[in-house]
Amino acid sequence: MIKGAAWIMLFYFLGECVSSFIGRLLPGSVCGMILLFLALSAKLVNPDDVRDVSRTLTQNMAVFFVPAGVGLMASYDLIARYWMALLLVTVVTTAVVIAVVGLTQDKLEKKM
Amino acid sequence: MMHELLTSEPFLLTLILGSYLTGVYLYTRSRMALLHPVIISIGIIVGVLKWAGIDYGTFYDGSYIIRFMLGPSVVALGYVLYEQAEHLKGKVLSIMTSVTVGSFVGIASVIFVCRMMNVEQVVIVSLESKSVTTPIALSLSERSGGILSLTAITVVLCGILGSIMGPFILKMLRVKSRVATGLALGSASHGIGTARAIELGAVEGAISGLAIGLMGIMTSLMIPLMEKCFL
Repeated sequence: MIKGAAWIMLFYFLGECVSSFIGRLLPGSVCGMILLFLALSAKLVNPDDVRDVSRTLTQNMAVFFVPAGVGLMASYDLIARYWMALLLVTVVTTAVVIAVVGLTQDKLEKKM
Repeated sequence: MMHELLTSEPFLLTLILGSYLTGVYLYTRSRMALLHPVIISIGIIVGVLKWAGIDYGTFYDGSYIIRFMLGPSVVALGYVLYEQAEHLKGKVLSIMTSVTVGSFVGIASVIFVCRMMNVEQVVIVSLESKSVTTPIALSLSERSGGILSLTAITVVLCGILGSIMGPFILKMLRVKSRVATGLALGSASHGIGTARAIELGAVEGAISGLAIGLMGIMTSLMIPLMEKCFL
């Protein structure tokens, strides 16, 4: 477990380094994800070492968003002012993005 | 003394984890999509904070460990992606195309809906990055001169809404491909959508994790272009 946690933290750190190097175009965590994937593919890291930690972390990801969600409470004024726009934009555009991405990928896979 | 105990980290962390477990329990028992564990947790926590007279700033500071863990869990998606890499074979081009289209349509639909409602420009630029993961969305909103807390709210809302509506929309459209399902959830609803995708299956979860990164890259590049053309 500690070995796995150490690998994850190392790649998180390396991701932060790359992120600051490319002017924060992508956050460190996403850079770390790509680096970990590349390192595993190149057999630089043994998959057995990171399996348990990675599964534990990813299978419970939603809980890490809870504090940000509670922030909705602190932003009551903003929500009250823009609630119509917020509601319409989030519902409509989220549905549109899901439909467009899902359909495009589904159709392309059948064609290719 | 009571207030001191209620604002201590052990209490706040127990509150977060306990309310999340309650949410998961109710969600798996009822199988009602609207009872998303994150929504239930937010409800319980807001109630308790109000009752105990704890302000959001104190809660935010006390929840640091939980917020920090979001970073490592995104890194860990690299392993999930590696495990499912065989499903990517021959699909790299189609995945890039779908995410590019999704990112374009996402930003265009925000501008379109806001224009129809005569919303101020500063709100539009705050909402443009709503489909990408919080850290990227905040830095993009800052770059465009948006209101950061408005961006943060929209990102969480899109995450919850997408993970509720997503599976239904995809079913209605008869999208059967597991790669397409994961890609759609991750593109529209970042990490919260990915949590939902992992419930659907390992392939969906891994591709959804990949979609978070790709959508982040595409949206970062697309926003300045779209702002030049339409704003």
